[in-house]
Amino acid sequence: MKTVLSMFLAVACIFTFAMAEAAETLTGAGATFPEPVYKAWALAYYKATGIEINYQGIGSGGGIRQITTRTVDFGASDAPLTPEQLKKDGLYQFPAVIGGVVLVVNLPGVKAGQMILDSEVISKIYLGEIKFWDDAHVKALNPGMNLPHAQINVVHRSDGSGTTAIFTRYLSGQSAEWKTKVGTDTSVNWPVGIGGKGNPGVANYVKQAPNSIGYVELQYAKAENLAYTMLKDKGKVMAPTTEAFKEAATAADFEPSKDFDLWLVNSPKGWPIAGATFILLAKDKKDSSMKTVKFYDWAFKNGDKTVEQLFYVPLPEKLKNKIRAYWKQHGVD
Amino acid sequence: MHIISKKNSVDSIFSFLTGLASLIVVFLIIGILIILLRESSMAIKRFGVFHFLASTDWNPVTASFGAATTIFGTFVTTALALLIAMPLAIGIAIFVTEIAPNFMKGPIGIAIELLAAIPSIIYGMWGLFALAPIMAKYIEPALQNTFGHLPVLGVLFSGTPMGIDILTASVILSIMIIPFTASISRDSFNLTPSVVKESAYAIGATKWEVVKNVVLPYSKLGVYGGIALSLGRALGETMAVAFVLGNNHQITTSLFDAAATITVTLANEFTEADKDIYLSSLFYLALVLFVISFIVLAIAKFFLLKAERRYSR
Repeated sequence: MKTVLSMFLAVACIFTFAMAEAAETLTGAGATFPEPVYKAWALAYYKATGIEINYQGIGSGGGIRQITTRTVDFGASDAPLTPEQLKKDGLYQFPAVIGGVVLVVNLPGVKAGQMILDSEVISKIYLGEIKFWDDAHVKALNPGMNLPHAQINVVHRSDGSGTTAIFTRYLSGQSAEWKTKVGTDTSVNWPVGIGGKGNPGVANYVKQAPNSIGYVELQYAKAENLAYTMLKDKGKVMAPTTEAFKEAATAADFEPSKDFDLWLVNSPKGWPIAGATFILLAKDKKDSSMKTVKFYDWAFKNGDKTVEQLFYVPLPEKLKNKIRAYWKQHGVD
Repeated sequence: MHIISKKNSVDSIFSFLTGLASLIVVFLIIGILIILLRESSMAIKRFGVFHFLASTDWNPVTASFGAATTIFGTFVTTALALLIAMPLAIGIAIFVTEIAPNFMKGPIGIAIELLAAIPSIIYGMWGLFALAPIMAKYIEPALQNTFGHLPVLGVLFSGTPMGIDILTASVILSIMIIPFTASISRDSFNLTPSVVKESAYAIGATKWEVVKNVVLPYSKLGVYGGIALSLGRALGETMAVAFVLGNNHQITTSLFDAAATITVTLANEFTEADKDIYLSSLFYLALVLFVISFIVLAIAKFFLLKAERRYSR
C-alpha cells in the first residue's frame, strides 16, 4: 500500500513539473542542409524571448511529409514545392537561407581553389566516362597542372539529400546526357562511385581516399580543409565564395505569386550550384504559423551574422521584404 | 484461510502479468508484419514478388526499384563475415575450454563478452577512421599482389583498393559476430561429459584429436545454433556497415568494390524518400529482410531445441 501511494505521488510530482516546464514550443522538421543555421537561430531566439523552437533534421522528404500531416508546426525542405503541390496540401512556403555546393578533390599537390572544372567534365566524371585524372578534357581546363594517370575515385551521397538534388539539378541543366541518363532527385541511380553518409561522410571519404572527387556544401569543405575547385561557368572562372552565392541569389527572381518556387541552380549570375532552402507552413494552422513567422522575422532581422559565420548566405534584403509582404498576404503577419 | 487466498491472488496476478507480457510481444511482431505488408502493398502491386527480387534497378528518379543488389550485398557481407569469424570463434571457444590455464578462462570470457557490448556505431567509426586506411594502404594491395594474378581467384581482388568496400565491411562484421558463436560454443563444449574426454585421453588421443573427434561432434548442434545467431546479427547490422561499405547499388565480383545492404539502404534513404512508391519500395525491402531474418532465426531455434533435447537425455 505504502509503495503504491509513494509511486502515485512520484508520478503526480513529475506531471506537475512537466506542466510547469511546458513553456511555449514550436516544432519543425525537415532538411539537414540548413540545420546548423536553424539550430543556431533557435538558441539565440530562446535566449531573447524564452520561446523554444524544436527542429529535427530528418530530411526534406520527411519534413514535407510531417507538415502535410500537420504533425509539426513547420516543415523545411531544400526542394521547393510547386504552387500546384502547395495548393493540393494546403501549404505555403518561403525561402529562409541560401547555401552553396562545391566540388572538392584530393590530389597530390593540389590546393584549394587551384583546380578548374566545368559542368561538362563533372558530368562526364560522375557518369564514369572520364575515368582518369589526366584525361584530355580535364587537362584542357588545367593546362599548367601536373595530373597523375590515376583512376578518379568518385564520391557521392548514399542518403537522400537536398545537396544531391541541387547538384544533380545543376548537371541536368547543363548536360543533356546527364539529364537523360541520371536525372535530378534527392537520391539518384549513380552510375559510378561510392556513397558517403551525409555531407560529413562525403567530406571524409574525399579526405581519406587519394585521387578522389566529391561534392559538399561549402561549410564542410572549409571545416575539413578540403581542396575545393573553381568552376568555369558562363564563360568565366569563379571561386566558391559567399559573394558568388549572394550574386546568384540577387540574380534570381523569387516570385511571391508563384510561392517562391524557384531553384537557384544555374542562376544567370554568380555561382551555378547555389540553393535556397524553404520553410513550409500549413494554411489551417494559423496560430502556430504566426508564431513560426515571428521566429523567422526575428531571424531575418538579427540572424545574418550567425548565417555568415556558418558559411551560409543570408537572404538579400529585397527578398526578405517580398517574404514579409507574402506573410501579410497570408494573414500571418 | 486468509493466507492461502492471498497467495492465490498474488499468483494469479503474476500469471496474468507475465502472460500479458508474452502476448504483447507476439502481437507486436504480428503488428510489425501487418504494417510492413500494408505499407509495401503499393510496391508489391507495382513490381510483383519475383520481379522485385530479381531486378538490379535502384533508380529513385525513374521510380524503378529492385531488391537484387541489396540482397546480394547483404548475403555477401554476411557470408564473408561468417567465413572469417566462425573459425576464429570456434578456435577461441576451444582455447578457453580445453587449452587455456584456469586463470585465463575468466578474463578471456569477459573480453569476448565485452566485444559484444560495444555499440555498432563505434565499430563503424573505428572501421572508417582506423581500419579502412590500413586496408587501403597495406592489406588490400598485399592481397592484390598475392592473389590478383591467379586465374579464377584473381577476379575477387581486382580493382583499385580504396578501403571502403565489401572486404572491410565484412572484416568489421566478423569482429562483431565473434562473441555470439564463441560464447555459445564455449558453453556447448563445457557440456561435453568429462568421462568421455578422459576416456579418449586415456587411450592416448592428443588434445587436437580429443577436440576434433569427441568434443566437436558432441556439441555440434549447439555450435550450429551459435552460428545461426551470429548470422542473424550480421544480417541486421546497419551502422557498422554503413560507413565502410561504400553504398553503391551494384552486383560485383570484386571484394574491393563497394556494395549496398538492405539495412544500410533503409537507414540512408528512408527520411528523404519523397515519392510514395519510393517509400513503399523501402518498406518492401524491409519486409524481405524481415522474412529472411525470420527464416534464419527459425533455423537457429530448431538447432538449439535439438541440442537441448540431446543434452537432457
